[in-house]
Amino acid sequence: MNYPDGIIVALTILGLVGIGIYAIIVSRNLIKIVVGMQIMVKGVLLAFVLAGRVSGNIGLGQSLALTVIVVDTIVAVVALALTVQVHKRFGSLDPQALTTLRR
Amino acid sequence: MLYALVGVGALGCAVAAVTSKRMLISAIWLALASALVALDMYLLGAPFIAVIELSVGAGLVTVLFVFAINLTGDEALPVANSVFKWLALTLILACSGITAYLVFPRSLLSPSNPETLPLLTIFWDLRRLDTWLQAFLIFAGALTVLGLFRSASHESAKKEE
Repeated sequence: MNYPDGIIVALTILGLVGIGIYAIIVSRNLIKIVVGMQIMVKGVLLAFVLAGRVSGNIGLGQSLALTVIVVDTIVAVVALALTVQVHKRFGSLDPQALTTLRR
Repeated sequence: MLYALVGVGALGCAVAAVTSKRMLISAIWLALASALVALDMYLLGAPFIAVIELSVGAGLVTVLFVFAINLTGDEALPVANSVFKWLALTLILACSGITAYLVFPRSLLSPSNPETLPLLTIFWDLRRLDTWLQAFLIFAGALTVLGLFRSASHESAKKEE
């Protein structure tokens, strides 16, 4: 991999993390927020692999990425289960419908 | 060139996943983005993690999303405030620009640590505690989901009584 390829992958990482954060900030649907979180984690995974490749220690990058995949999957499972419960209890997936504070 | 194509494809799929009105379509775009990220990982020389990302990210997580959407319904999304949208976009672009300026040129120039260990040695010897913690985390997650559904079924049974 030469230097421009590294820059392209790094820009992809920045784009994925940015799109994920944008979705988390702007979305008003709990499932869409989990989608945003997933996109952000994809960028982080790619960052681990790129860092491993650039530093010459791809094994360490892969092992850290594997840990992130495991944690991310568990977080997604629990978040989706909570989303289903929220929908059962409140009848809506809008996070603003969950607040008990008056606006 | 291939990196650019895969990167643009992954970013396009991610944007489509975020902007899509229907949740099911959004989940499919997310799976496509995941597959392209896995391809990028393979090109970077990490085939092991690419296969896991393809099977877990594009397979298992998509099935979970479809399952959750099936249970909650494909609800129409309320439209967010456009001023808020532009504010978030500006903030994220500014943060990305600052990160790119500070991180990219220095860290991508040349390999700094040529010492390479095999993945299995790192995973089972150097990070043994992490591996056990991951296994524990999987069980904890499974128990949490079971607990969530169990409490819900108890409440619905009480309501029926």
